[in-house]
Amino acid sequence: MHIIDRRLNPGGKSFANRQRFLRRARAQVRRAVREASSSRSIKDAGKGGEITIPAGGVHEPSLRRSHQGGSRDYVLPGNKKYIEGDGIPRPEQGGGQGSKASDSGEGEDEFRFALSDEEYLDLYLEDLELPDLAKRQVMGATAVLWRQAGFSNSGPPSRISIPRTLRHSMSRRIALKRPKADEIIALRTEIEKLEREGGQFDELVKLRGELELLLARSKRIPYIDPVDVRYRRLETTPKPIARAVMFCLMDVSGSMNEHMKDLAKRFYSLLYLFLNRRYEHVDVVFIRHTHEAQEVDEQTFFYSRETGGTVVSTALFKMADIIRDRYPVTEWNIYAAQASDGDNTSSDNAVALTQLKEAILPICQYYAYVEVGMDDEEEAPGAGEPSTNLWRAYRRVPDDQPFAMRKVRHRRDIYPVFRDLFARRPEGVAAEGG
Amino acid sequence: MTLVADSKLLFEGPDWDFDLIKRVHEACGEIGIKEMGLDPYPNQIEVITTEQMLDAYASTGMPLFYRHWSFGKHFARNEAMYRKGYQGLAYEIVINSNPCIVYIMEENSATMQTLVLAHAGYGHSHFFKNNYVFKQWTDADGILDYLEFARGLIAKFEDRYGQEQVERVLDAAHALQSHGIHRFPRKRMADLRSEQVREEERRKHGEQLFNDLWRTVPVGKRKTGTDDDSRRKALLGLPEENLLYFLEKTAPRLAPWQREILRMVRMINQYFYPQRQTKVMNEGCATFTHHRIMNRLHEKGQINDGSFLEFIHSHTSVVMQPGFDDRRFSGINPYALGFAMCCDIERVCTNPTDEDREWMGDIAGNGDPYGTLRDIWANYRDESFISQFLSPRVIRDFGIFRVFDDEADEEMKVTSIHDERGYRNIRRALSKHYDIAYRDADIQIVDVDLAGDRKLMLQHRVQDGITLEESDTERVLQHVADLWGYDVKLIEQDDNGVVRAEHIASPRRAFA
Repeated sequence: MHIIDRRLNPGGKSFANRQRFLRRARAQVRRAVREASSSRSIKDAGKGGEITIPAGGVHEPSLRRSHQGGSRDYVLPGNKKYIEGDGIPRPEQGGGQGSKASDSGEGEDEFRFALSDEEYLDLYLEDLELPDLAKRQVMGATAVLWRQAGFSNSGPPSRISIPRTLRHSMSRRIALKRPKADEIIALRTEIEKLEREGGQFDELVKLRGELELLLARSKRIPYIDPVDVRYRRLETTPKPIARAVMFCLMDVSGSMNEHMKDLAKRFYSLLYLFLNRRYEHVDVVFIRHTHEAQEVDEQTFFYSRETGGTVVSTALFKMADIIRDRYPVTEWNIYAAQASDGDNTSSDNAVALTQLKEAILPICQYYAYVEVGMDDEEEAPGAGEPSTNLWRAYRRVPDDQPFAMRKVRHRRDIYPVFRDLFARRPEGVAAEGG
Repeated sequence: MTLVADSKLLFEGPDWDFDLIKRVHEACGEIGIKEMGLDPYPNQIEVITTEQMLDAYASTGMPLFYRHWSFGKHFARNEAMYRKGYQGLAYEIVINSNPCIVYIMEENSATMQTLVLAHAGYGHSHFFKNNYVFKQWTDADGILDYLEFARGLIAKFEDRYGQEQVERVLDAAHALQSHGIHRFPRKRMADLRSEQVREEERRKHGEQLFNDLWRTVPVGKRKTGTDDDSRRKALLGLPEENLLYFLEKTAPRLAPWQREILRMVRMINQYFYPQRQTKVMNEGCATFTHHRIMNRLHEKGQINDGSFLEFIHSHTSVVMQPGFDDRRFSGINPYALGFAMCCDIERVCTNPTDEDREWMGDIAGNGDPYGTLRDIWANYRDESFISQFLSPRVIRDFGIFRVFDDEADEEMKVTSIHDERGYRNIRRALSKHYDIAYRDADIQIVDVDLAGDRKLMLQHRVQDGITLEESDTERVLQHVADLWGYDVKLIEQDDNGVVRAEHIASPRRAFA
């Protein structure tokens, strides 16, 4: 008998099968993930979890008898009261044994299983692309990557490539017919032998001459010549900026209620998840504003109340200040998401627009404006667009700017709107009204 | 109490280590081999984790398997069920190989490990080694190598032809796997030497019987006509019930590597075929064995009362048979039936009643229960086992009754219960339920239109008016058409020649 401890064997043996399964059921799983995410709390938005897909797509058919019709013969245990000849009413399902009916594998069955965080996010954010992801500026010497790139004739001694050098040396030695050590040794032993034995003087002289020739030759042709030496070469490549900062701008004046803040928060969380997957490092800056703007921490941002007027431009100025102080444009990718119910002091509209167009948008990768509303709010048929102050102002941002705006009324709209904003080919897809 | 209160004890408490497994294995062998006369394969015991157990579940219990999405699906489902606590995991998995591989879970207690070793390492292992169905159909020495080969083969094909191409073939092969088994040993093509020998023998026989008189007997006209047709079918080996085999050998448009995949799926399935035929006996044998070994260990003082109670607890939940009206009911529990029948046979051998003498005269009171059981375990499968050894006593204990459900009638009717008139009836009916040939739909390839459009004709012999499950059949037939490369037609016909249903499929996209 042998005992083998398999516990330490590498796990994930069925990983390859799982990948194949997910690929197979991709469409359904994706749909299920989108549905599941709309009902989730935002903290778990990126977590894996159990999902349900219709079993039809991953059904494995087989040739088997139907569970209906025909005459059947059951042999069952546990008889308590029946005697021969009794009649038993047929169970509802028509299939006889109830348990049999459930595994009949018709399309309506559901298949439940769990997705890991990684898989979930992958599917969740699939087909989304960061606009203008390619901000890759070459910076100073500090931001370059060194990569091994072939060999060169010059370099520091520490980077000599010995195999390469010896290879060259060998080919040179062969080409120039440098005498080998073996040959010289053989010749010497032969000369010694002749010397000991005496006689054959002519032969000895001839051999000595040969030896001299060989020695001279090996002196002239060095074992390693400077031309043989090779160095491992390094090449520099510019390093893409792997850092992003995300500005969350929100109106916290009295007109923004909990529901609206919740919508905004959901949007920010999605954006954060998304950025986090694309960049090594993501900073988040929260700027709230009433008639004046403040940088605050997350808790305050979402949960504390402020009263006051609404002057949107203050937040934009604040943002520009913070960028100037802490986030040099050359080192950071800048994203901003603004949420507001659309209120703004009328006189501020023009200021806000100018600030946005001239100071913010030129340095931003992307600026998203989400106008949050109440879910019982009437969606005026035909009107299509909201007509708040801010919306009308932002409307005038030219199309070629990295700017997008959408209206969100309900929790379930958040994800579609987000997808809409970050869909892979934004110009190809006609923007649908939020 | 000190640890060495009783030196005979194998262990105390739930913890175990490798030494203990060794001791327990030996102690079980002492009883299993010396007292019960079992003859198992040598065991290879492998300790695994929960995740590894789930892995093994997904690949039908085998330690390695080729890759396919369906295994990923099973893994995902089992994992979800297990995580939510809907389903526990088996304590062990045993593989019919030589040496017999027994997986035991790391979180089993010492008692459970003992139980598992007795159950799998002696019970199942003995059954695998000695039962005739396994001997006839499986190659215990070669299965792991074959699976290794299969895995490599599929990986190679995936590299060469792409995952999706391979997946298509595997999907099709899996859909047909229930009809990819040889149920009878095939006639081997004679080689030249044996052909010669046979010819020689025939000639001799002819010479011996030679009588010139026969030459003068007038010969009637040879019948011709149907010959052509039957000759053609015979050449194709039709009718053929092994659909995969037929497609592998004759489908005109498959590439060699695709045939190889069909063959591989077929071979692996053939390996599992005996297990489907011997579920009740196999579990009965293993359960009886562990029950006996654990009892003897307790009697000999090698396990203490606490462990014994733990064993009893898990044993009883394994052999529990819920009644038909119980929520937990899902058919007859093979563990329960197998165990009950084995215990009953032991009783009949040692302490028979008049009834037993009448029903099982040949073994009643022969005084050699283990010998009798060993003989039964070696020479029967579920169907024959039940039809010969299901005693009235077991039928009564289980309260087995038979219900007939005809579509035409308003109600289902109880046709037999556990009484004098019912025993034989029930026994026959139950045995039939375990007859694979009856349980699987009888589908055969009957003809190919070679002269015309190469349409492949299949026939389902409808029994009891039960046709095939419609949507599944369409899908499977689609796979058949894809493999065959031309149209396929399946006719469902009952014994009176009445056609119940017809399915037709055309190939979507030929395999290339």
